[in-house]
Amino acid sequence: MLKIHCPYCQETREEEEFHYSGQAHIARPTDPESCSDEDWGNYLYFRKNPRGRHMEMWVHAAGCRKFFNVVRDTVTYEVEQTYLIGHVPAGST
Amino acid sequence: MSQSNRIPGGRCVDYGSEINFRFNGRSLKGYKGDTLASALLANEIKIVGRSFKYGRPRGVMSAGSEEPNAILQLGANPASQVPNVRATQQQIFNGLTSRTTNGWPSVDFDVMSLVGLVAGKLMPPGFYYKTLMFPQFLWHTYERIVRRGAGIGIAPTEPDPDRYDKINRHCDLLIIGAGPAGLAAALIASKTSARVILLDEHDEAGGTLLYSNDIIEGLPGIDWVKQITAELNAAANVDLLTRTTAVGYHDQNFIVAHERRTDHLADVAPAGFARQRVHRIRARHVILATGAHERPLVFANNDVPGCMQASAVSAYINGYGVRPGKRLVLMTTNDNAYEAAFDWIESGGESAVVVDIRTSVNSELLKRAATAGIRTLTGSAVFEVKGKRQVKAALVCGLDAERNALIGNDETIPADIIASSGGWSPVVHLSCHTGIKPDWREDIAAFVPGATNQKMLTAGAVSGDFSLSAALRQGASAAATILADCGFDLEDKATTSCQEHTVGMFQPCFHIPHRKPTSRSPAQFVDYQLDVTAAAIELATREGFESIEHVKRYTALGFGTDQGKISNVNGIAIAARSTGRSISETGTTMFRPNYTPVSFGAMAGRDVDELFQPKRYTAMQPWHEQAGALFEDVGQWKRPWYYPQTGESLQDAINRECLAVRSGVGILDASTLGKIDIQGPDAREFLNRIYTNAWMKLGIGKCRYGLMCGEDGMIMDDGVTACLADNHFVMTTTTGGAARVLEWLELWHQTEWPELEVYFNTVTDHWATATLSGPGSRALLAELTDLDLDPTNFPFMDWREAMVADIPARVFRISFTGELSYEINVNANYGLTLWRRLIEVGEKHNLTPYGTETMHALRAEKGFIIVGQDTDGSVTPEDIGMEWAIARRKQFSFIGRRGMAREDCQRQQRKQLVGLLPVNGDVVLPEGSQIVFDKPHQLPAKMVGHVTSSYYSAVLGRSFALALIQGGLGRMDETVQVSIGPDTWETAEITASVFYDPKGEQQHVQ
Amino acid sequence: MSNNSYAIMEQQPSIKGLANTPLVNVVRGAIPGPNAVGIEEHDDVGHLVLRGDATLLASAVTEVLDLAFPDQPLSSCSRDKTCIRWISPDEWLVTVPGTETSSVESSLRDAIVGHVAIVNVSGGQTIVHLTGKHASDVLMKSTSYDVHELNFPTGKVITTTLAQAQVIIRRLDTDQFELVIRRSFADYIWSWLRDAATEFGVNG
Repeated sequence: MLKIHCPYCQETREEEEFHYSGQAHIARPTDPESCSDEDWGNYLYFRKNPRGRHMEMWVHAAGCRKFFNVVRDTVTYEVEQTYLIGHVPAGST
Repeated sequence: MSQSNRIPGGRCVDYGSEINFRFNGRSLKGYKGDTLASALLANEIKIVGRSFKYGRPRGVMSAGSEEPNAILQLGANPASQVPNVRATQQQIFNGLTSRTTNGWPSVDFDVMSLVGLVAGKLMPPGFYYKTLMFPQFLWHTYERIVRRGAGIGIAPTEPDPDRYDKINRHCDLLIIGAGPAGLAAALIASKTSARVILLDEHDEAGGTLLYSNDIIEGLPGIDWVKQITAELNAAANVDLLTRTTAVGYHDQNFIVAHERRTDHLADVAPAGFARQRVHRIRARHVILATGAHERPLVFANNDVPGCMQASAVSAYINGYGVRPGKRLVLMTTNDNAYEAAFDWIESGGESAVVVDIRTSVNSELLKRAATAGIRTLTGSAVFEVKGKRQVKAALVCGLDAERNALIGNDETIPADIIASSGGWSPVVHLSCHTGIKPDWREDIAAFVPGATNQKMLTAGAVSGDFSLSAALRQGASAAATILADCGFDLEDKATTSCQEHTVGMFQPCFHIPHRKPTSRSPAQFVDYQLDVTAAAIELATREGFESIEHVKRYTALGFGTDQGKISNVNGIAIAARSTGRSISETGTTMFRPNYTPVSFGAMAGRDVDELFQPKRYTAMQPWHEQAGALFEDVGQWKRPWYYPQTGESLQDAINRECLAVRSGVGILDASTLGKIDIQGPDAREFLNRIYTNAWMKLGIGKCRYGLMCGEDGMIMDDGVTACLADNHFVMTTTTGGAARVLEWLELWHQTEWPELEVYFNTVTDHWATATLSGPGSRALLAELTDLDLDPTNFPFMDWREAMVADIPARVFRISFTGELSYEINVNANYGLTLWRRLIEVGEKHNLTPYGTETMHALRAEKGFIIVGQDTDGSVTPEDIGMEWAIARRKQFSFIGRRGMAREDCQRQQRKQLVGLLPVNGDVVLPEGSQIVFDKPHQLPAKMVGHVTSSYYSAVLGRSFALALIQGGLGRMDETVQVSIGPDTWETAEITASVFYDPKGEQQHVQ
Repeated sequence: MSNNSYAIMEQQPSIKGLANTPLVNVVRGAIPGPNAVGIEEHDDVGHLVLRGDATLLASAVTEVLDLAFPDQPLSSCSRDKTCIRWISPDEWLVTVPGTETSSVESSLRDAIVGHVAIVNVSGGQTIVHLTGKHASDVLMKSTSYDVHELNFPTGKVITTTLAQAQVIIRRLDTDQFELVIRRSFADYIWSWLRDAATEFGVNG
């Protein structure tokens, strides 16, 4: 059971209030029609599976219903930080 | 011989309160405060079970949760049975009924013990696999015989009468273990404003102080404990929970603890009271003060009843007022265990002999022993126990310098208790739960908790320092560190003082040599619960199992419900020696949750019976119940399935309901459909992007069917959306898809198109929906509304605001049955009144309530899909012949458009939705049936599709189905074979998927 | 009553007595016990969801409801039977006496300029008050949220899980909580609360 800080409610809440929503920072191609099948396939299906630091998107489903980003360590399950959609994690260049 | 082993002075028992209990049918007496184990020992019950594999008699070994032998079945009746109860942790109460779990036909004469006697040496690890596999076909016969003699306890055969509970707790500091270290920590923390929880698995706080002779702050340890617990109980910021075991330590300091609230009071909990409770604890910081388990030594026949841990001897004498025998032989590797011999003599024991494997022993200690009249032998060991059903004597002999061989002559020392101490194993289990392997410390010959990323500190024996002063000091300092870290002010930093004896060197030793090789000596048990011997471990390593993980799995070492608490280190040490490696090279196995067994009831808590999961109801539920509806689960919703009349079968009722809608008028509770209110200037643009079809021109007062796909182009939901005003829409979703679709809309809005001005809110529960359907619906509705129902003024796919039965309503002229229909939506507070008025007025129209089964049959006759039934996440709009719902000319590349253009979505021979007419119209094809083009000559055959929906149609007078079939739309009028059972095939003809009123004249009826 | 942009609908009939609360079908009545927990429904309440930027909503809310605007996360402002609760950065839940629902909706619509949504959800939820010395114990059995007064003081509002459902909880006082529950889950939550309170007793 993770504890996750919701950047909107500004509180740390139990995992059961949240839904995982996949890898973060996957932007929809601006012109899908011009994507090759391969490009589109990469966008649709290919995801990172790192051992360690992972950028994820979560939604506070049973709370404020807002999506946000989480940096989580897949080995220790530590939640390093949470930050808003459209932002980059603290400490990134 | 009632309580013949009882002595005065037991600190935990109330000699004034006699308790009557039963064991294996016998009535016995004990005192309040006794554990079942102490009460049995008081009554001189030696044999408390038969061993799992060899059926050997076994006695109480310990006084705590590490007990491998005294694991009993409790319960006075078939409903209150509890297997797997450690007698050392179960307090007795009047009427307690217990019995041994192994032993057939009885614990005193066990058939399996003959197996053990004869086959003991013939049943090495892997015996069953090696022996009983040939001939293979006989395995099931063997298995029946083997299983007859096996088994550890029985499950209750009637529903559990008890209730269970879960509770969530939060604290700044959780202290696990209320021994000296835990108490010292709690004492410091109690004087701050920190929120503190202190847990202990025993009936009372105190840990080793309950039976030791220590002096703290000038007080006998037990008095100090009483003083501290009184202070803690009075402190508002401390919760002290006893009989509460921390069973699991999970990520981010989430600890699950199991409290036995009434197990010590009665067979069944008092009314309304939860018998057991699971505490789900979130702690900012944890202090692990779980102490250590004493490790017995491994020697021949070390499982004969009367063999126990040295510390358990003290625990029974001082804690419970029970001296389990008269003549003690105690074998030790350390000074600490001598206390048991002193306690023995002081309590009036006839004789005590200490056999110390060390050659050099603290002279002061030897002097104390001599003064007490205790004989000591140094550089010696007990290498074999004499006695079968109970200890008769110890065979003692000198040891060589490496402790690998016996030297000199044997001496036989009469005894009825043989205690041993091979040192202490810190209770590292909880730290292992966090994924951290423990570290081996050669100096103390024990594993200690490894470094962890949890906010956890250790204090006391668990950290590998076994002295009382260290426990008190570390407990206090761990608490101080944490409290300072949390920012609490410490007013009192005083340390707790205690008196201690100086302690001599400890000599690591695990396995006492025998005159014969291990494989030929009498059995030397390592894991008592699963009958794993030293010989078995050596054999495993000889057979090539070198990794300790493999040794464990091959021999079952540590696999019992005791998780090998007292056996693991001995087992690892024997494996290490046998493979010529050090213990740290050999490594350890991990401990997993749960630390001690947790009942299923406690895990389920309140989520049982009616509360197993939410049952969602519509506003009309009271009427449905009165009308005798049967209900169908749709997600968590309870929806009326059908309304049987007296004597009707399901099919009779469905036929009647279907025909009523096709020829008259029916009423359906459609309140469960998901409904999402959409407002904002960009609402229309948003719908255009999220649906496959076009939305820019939908006028106020109009409705449109929409199809929603994922980015992969597969159908994910559908429903009708109505335009309420220029910037205001209400979307309907499938009943099961409501929450998913709302989250989907929010996902796209929040993460991709935040610039669109639109808001989504669920109104599923706010609107109650009564659907009138059938050619007679207009006449009925007209009686209850002033709304102009003239089809030219209120055509199909329009909606109107109106008063219906004096209630403000939105009426949608949309149809899922293919008949003229009005979906009447009102604020759900008026849903029941609306429904009752419709039923009342509907009587003269012969209004027929219908349920989901009829709704499904009627929509299938029209070829209307149900997402999730006729589609499965691999179906595109084109696959179900709904190209018309794809607006390819929309400017924005709507969700799913690019996905459905992928090569795979465009290929020939995709599965497509078609109708199926079984040649035999009386046969309703089971949904999910697999389809082939031709009856196969041999199996397996390649399947080409499956039946998605299948019903008997009352109006057609025959069965029909919908199916997904490879290239189906190009195979009209061809026949297929549908597998409906082993070697049973039905021939069916592929047809269009609309079976009734293909031109849609009924729903458009003028 | 609709303008061209948004549909506002008077949803209450003029005839009284036609309404049924979501809890019409539940078991009520006392369960004897030493420190009974009060479990009581407060019905005939209008529920309006407000969506929009705080900057657009604040002055209109103050004007129409005569209430301060709770722009801080998890805060609320209340006066008599009117209350506004922060739900998310762009969502607030307003409750008013039931008869005022659509007039408040219209007044708010009129008072706000810009992109906001106002949704009447009065039929979709109801309010239950949990009171007594053991009210917080009942919540501890039901939600993983830390309801200790240090973490959850009077006036604070949270949306969280209660058993297997969702709920909005506001602390009214040390021993008093307000639960906003969804209609379709009302029977379940009601039964759950009564069951969880059984060891203390129930006034209801």
